[in-house]
Amino acid sequence: MTEESVLLAHGGGGILGHDLIERVFLKHLGNPVLNALEDAALIELTDERGQMVGQPALTTDSYVVQPIFFPGGDIGKLAVCGTVNDLAMRGAQPVCMSVGFILTEGLPLSDLERVVASMAATAQFAGVRILAGDTKVLERSSGDGLFINTTGIGLVPPGVQISASAARPGDVVMVSGAVGDHGLAIMTQREGLRFDSPLRSDCAPLNLLVRVMIEACPGIHVLRDPTRGGLATTLNELAARSGVGFEIVEASVPVHEPVRAASELLGLDPLYVANEGKLVAIVEEDDADALLRAMRSHPFGREAAIIGRVVAEHPGRVVLRTLLGTRRVLDMLAGEQLPRIC
Amino acid sequence: MRYTDEYRNPDAARGLVATIRGRVARPIRIMEFCGGHTRAIMRYGIRQALSPHLHMLSGPGCPVCVTPDGEIDYAIALAHLPGVTVATFGDMIRVPGSRSSLQEARAAGADVQIVYSALDALERARREPGRSIVMLGIGFETTAPGVAASLVEARELGIGNYFVYSMHKLTPPAMRAILDAGEVRLDAILGPGHVTTIIGANAWSFLAQDYRIPCAVSGFEPLDILRALSMLADAVWNGNPQVANAYPRSVTSQGNTKAQLLMKDVFETCAVAWRGLGEIPSSGLKLRQEYAAHDARLAFDPPSAATAATLTPAERGCRCGEVLRGVAEPPECPLFGGVCTPARPIGACMVSAEGSCAAHYRYGGSLD
Repeated sequence: MTEESVLLAHGGGGILGHDLIERVFLKHLGNPVLNALEDAALIELTDERGQMVGQPALTTDSYVVQPIFFPGGDIGKLAVCGTVNDLAMRGAQPVCMSVGFILTEGLPLSDLERVVASMAATAQFAGVRILAGDTKVLERSSGDGLFINTTGIGLVPPGVQISASAARPGDVVMVSGAVGDHGLAIMTQREGLRFDSPLRSDCAPLNLLVRVMIEACPGIHVLRDPTRGGLATTLNELAARSGVGFEIVEASVPVHEPVRAASELLGLDPLYVANEGKLVAIVEEDDADALLRAMRSHPFGREAAIIGRVVAEHPGRVVLRTLLGTRRVLDMLAGEQLPRIC
Repeated sequence: MRYTDEYRNPDAARGLVATIRGRVARPIRIMEFCGGHTRAIMRYGIRQALSPHLHMLSGPGCPVCVTPDGEIDYAIALAHLPGVTVATFGDMIRVPGSRSSLQEARAAGADVQIVYSALDALERARREPGRSIVMLGIGFETTAPGVAASLVEARELGIGNYFVYSMHKLTPPAMRAILDAGEVRLDAILGPGHVTTIIGANAWSFLAQDYRIPCAVSGFEPLDILRALSMLADAVWNGNPQVANAYPRSVTSQGNTKAQLLMKDVFETCAVAWRGLGEIPSSGLKLRQEYAAHDARLAFDPPSAATAATLTPAERGCRCGEVLRGVAEPPECPLFGGVCTPARPIGACMVSAEGSCAAHYRYGGSLD
């Protein structure tokens, strides 16, 4: 017997479509709101007394990662973490999210179910409810596999004002852990490049870490997760948005040894490689020690480190102090990083 | 094992910098042949740390950089043929030919696939017997043995729809061509670590014997490079040209003889054109007669893909050729950093991470 696959008819709104909703989506993601199968979910952003408990935050993102399963995660876990993390970078705790699936015919149903189950587990772990969903099926010629779009709503606690434009000269720059794990874990799984390595994606819901950070230090100036383009690109974005310069010490940026070794082999720079479970935090110098301690007390921030300072000089530019004590500009990623030939 | 840390110790690095600076009586000029070295030297700030005592010049050791327009145009034309899939290593797809790139060809509907090894392209040929799979054989002595192995396997298994378009080039003849041209004065040469792992350190003995120039073969970690540069500073100081192996954990004097034999079995040398250096005798590899059935040059005759109305990089003022000979520094090119950037490269040297323009752009930024 051949394996069951996604068919065009699964997206047709008929019996097969309903079947898919019951057997896969509601089985794993079901909750009273979703089970009602209404056209729109009604959401509560107030407490028992009807009071708003913070400012609502909204974000959206799409996920097209290949391969859809990789060491340390899959596209479903990534979609939940990505959305939760975007909310968390404004200091928000997630309330609910929607999920849209775009599938191509021929995708094994077992793969879809694995992804949905992983989303459910990640959402539960992060404390976010999935309250709306949609599925479309495309012909095989339109691409390969499984794509996900998500939208998330969160609440920013009163008094928290975190923004990419809030870095001030004198502030301290930190990262929550080692950089480059996700991008290299994905790259080493692509066709023809399977090397024996312990590389795993760092994909994780950072709202849990952020909650601990805000408790320790409500006045955090900036949070940002260095996803595509890596740490270097994120630092450049922040320097530009805040109109300040950064001085970063290369030797203090944590990089796991397998990531370093694989980067050397492929001719890549870990500072430009994507992360899915790390954040950059910028705070006033007086708050830095307390924040660092709080981060290190959480499993997602155990390897947190201070990597540099915000300065008034060279606004918009990031300067890296190298191993040899020389200084050079750390630029944005230009183009894409491709493995070298020799 | 914290493998890379052992070669990145900041105190040891600063100590070596001080030693080198103390050893150099007059400014000396050293060419790093290999693009991997160019990138590491820029990235770790080694150039700056040693200036002005030691002036580093970038050589032609970046495979996609030295591939001339004509070969890229031919590869693009191949990709546009119906029923043909072109398989290539990563950074090649962005290299501009005279009018276009493989990336643009792919966007226009051509089937261009990135592979990490020629054996993956061979596997694709086996899976898709109805298509012709053409592997772009690009690179120096480092990649040629892998491509040779795929051809041996294709012949043994009778995979008739697998072809190789060989643009492989050999490094010692290019080094010789630069020295013979006499355009740049060099005191010493930093020898390429990966290439020499295959060809063996003895392959560079002609530098000392024929040109009286010392050479030190180096790895790619900061301390590897600084140790090799320190050996070169000593050799220049002592007037003692010889080939030193500063990368003994990978390089031997004989090299990888198995890989050398594989290359000899499959390829023979021929004269080829290098971007910037022109035609160099016995510097290219073409498929031997026994492998003619897999030679893309013989199997296909694509129409020229030239489309008028756009200017070639050279016509737009690109100085990649001079950069590859060490005659010009990337920032001296009028296009550098303005219209030519890694995101929208005009010249080949801005494409690859190993290209000296890309390395200068990414790591050479000035604070002024």
